[in-house]
Amino acid sequence: MAQMTMIQAITDAMRTELKNDENVLIFGEDVGQNGGVFRATEGLQDEFGEERVFDTPLAESGIGGMSIGLALTGFRPVPEIQFFGFVYETMDAINGQMARYRYRSGNTRPMPITVRSPFGGGVHTPELHADSLEGLMAQQPGLKVVIPSNPYDAKGLLIQSIRENDPVIFLEHMKLYRSFREEVPEEEYTIELGKAEVKREGTDVTLVAYGAMVHSCLKAAEELEKDGVSAEVIDLRTVSPVDYDTILASVEKTNRAVVVQEAQKQAGIASNVVSEIQEKAILHLEAPVLRVTAPDTVYAFTQAEEVWLPNHNDIVEKVNKVVNF
Amino acid sequence: MFQILNEKGEVVNEDAMPDLSDEDLKEIMKRMVYTRILDQRSIALNRQGRLGFYAPTAGQEASQLGSQYALTKEDFILPGYRDVPQLIWQGLPLYQAFLFSRGHFKGNQMPEGVNAVSPQIIIGAQITQTAGVGLGFKKRKEDAIAITYTGDGGASQGDFYEGINFAGAFGAQAVFVVQNNQFAISVPVEKQSAAQTIAQKAVAAGIEGIQVDGMDVLAVYAATKEARQRAVDGEGPTLIETMTYRYGPHTMAGDDPTRYRTEDMDSDWEEKDPIVRFRKFLEAKDLWSEDEENEVIEQAKEDVKAAIKEADNTPKQKVTDLMENMYEELPSNLKEQYEEYKEKESK
Repeated sequence: MAQMTMIQAITDAMRTELKNDENVLIFGEDVGQNGGVFRATEGLQDEFGEERVFDTPLAESGIGGMSIGLALTGFRPVPEIQFFGFVYETMDAINGQMARYRYRSGNTRPMPITVRSPFGGGVHTPELHADSLEGLMAQQPGLKVVIPSNPYDAKGLLIQSIRENDPVIFLEHMKLYRSFREEVPEEEYTIELGKAEVKREGTDVTLVAYGAMVHSCLKAAEELEKDGVSAEVIDLRTVSPVDYDTILASVEKTNRAVVVQEAQKQAGIASNVVSEIQEKAILHLEAPVLRVTAPDTVYAFTQAEEVWLPNHNDIVEKVNKVVNF
Repeated sequence: MFQILNEKGEVVNEDAMPDLSDEDLKEIMKRMVYTRILDQRSIALNRQGRLGFYAPTAGQEASQLGSQYALTKEDFILPGYRDVPQLIWQGLPLYQAFLFSRGHFKGNQMPEGVNAVSPQIIIGAQITQTAGVGLGFKKRKEDAIAITYTGDGGASQGDFYEGINFAGAFGAQAVFVVQNNQFAISVPVEKQSAAQTIAQKAVAAGIEGIQVDGMDVLAVYAATKEARQRAVDGEGPTLIETMTYRYGPHTMAGDDPTRYRTEDMDSDWEEKDPIVRFRKFLEAKDLWSEDEENEVIEQAKEDVKAAIKEADNTPKQKVTDLMENMYEELPSNLKEQYEEYKEKESK
């Protein structure tokens, strides 16, 4: 075991898969000699060569299309989109093309591609770096969308994502890259996609979250505990498909739920979770399912992040509403 | 403009004459005639409601088939929506091409060994994907190229530039064919760009570009053959612009070319007909007769009849079929929906 930050765990996962499978290719803007703008691919080109880990021209659509072409020749591409705000440039390649290829070819042309990309607020990035756009991808049939919240999950989920024979969007929250270390096994291991994890057990209310909001929920749960409210915190880990079984089992126990996301209220995936709970567990509910989200504006100007991004206080407030409904 | 045969079927560029046997020359003619009949029959079948989406090909036989004839089985085709003939001659059974037209997933299942994907509807998407296939072949050191096709309008897309630029930067084993048929639906090529040729857009990517008489099957063949060789020799990708024309409408979905084309323009291009020209060339060499041509026509008609029948006999698609083609393994949401539809389908 080693103490790793999330970014180190991500690098470790890529190193593991570069070793395991000669078809794995890593490419993107500045991921080669430079080791990536966040050092996610540091040392990989030195270790595996320019044939396996390489820079591309500055064009996200080209990166997406090239990934598809490489997959058609039997490679297992792991492209990087430098910041997920730039996904609009390659929406066709991802949503219009790779997500659909297996289907459009009648199951003859699978796309084992993992698109890695950083996102997320709280680190004062310039425009269109921090936007939470997972909701766009979660609406596209044919994709899986993974968002780890800690180093251990990041490694296991990324190895599994790379091994999937269908396209996976792997979103890495920038604030979580180096915010803490934890024990991560040095050997390889995988975490199944589409499986949530109960991060904290509770009996009074279910908090469903992903990404940086998992930590906000844990912090809120500690405060709520002081007031005698026992919150169960679920980390979705995969936002498409969502592990509704875990959520429903929890709601049936607590009879109350709050869904928490960093994205705007009209975006993200919280509405999906609320819908599913009301379809499947309405008779277990003592109160409506509420959402904690960002407001429906464009992502905040840097200096406004603190007042705009949802935080643990917002969560405590919503939980109190649900508990006192 | 690179040309070998003029409109009278005379060789005007002996030096560039490709090395083709008499059998090859006859085979090329057969394919062009067959494809012209296929186009006529497809339009008729579409009007009868027995085919769906169809983009006419008459006029582009030299451009489509001359380039395909320069390929090997190992080469990979990434076609646009008008490029069904290339797939057929690369090995896609005719009934599957008809299923593609109708909208059935079985039409898109390339048989084992047919290196191609189904026609691309998003104009430009095939270009960046071709850069990837061409890079894949280079990495695997294969004696194969990726070839793709778009139209004159397609050369205005961002993905067109990105695709040829990536291919250039990586030395991908790729050939990009722009079939300049003068119109993107109703918009003439002059309104796409102030560039005098599309071939010169290769300069922006630092790759070879060549403008070819797209009504001259020998010129298209020779240009593609050379581009293919350069690509596998590690000399980089090529952009080929074929100057061609579609005699029919853009698609069969209600486009009316009389709104934007003059009769003069149509008749000018009819004089350049690739089949007429090549027929003259072959007849002068005593390699072609009316009987042979009629035989090909009859064969094409019979094949079309048999293929449409086979398409008719293909089982209807079920929602559960569509679900099964989504992922290697059904995710939880689809598992649940699969059960619902399985139940519906059992009634």
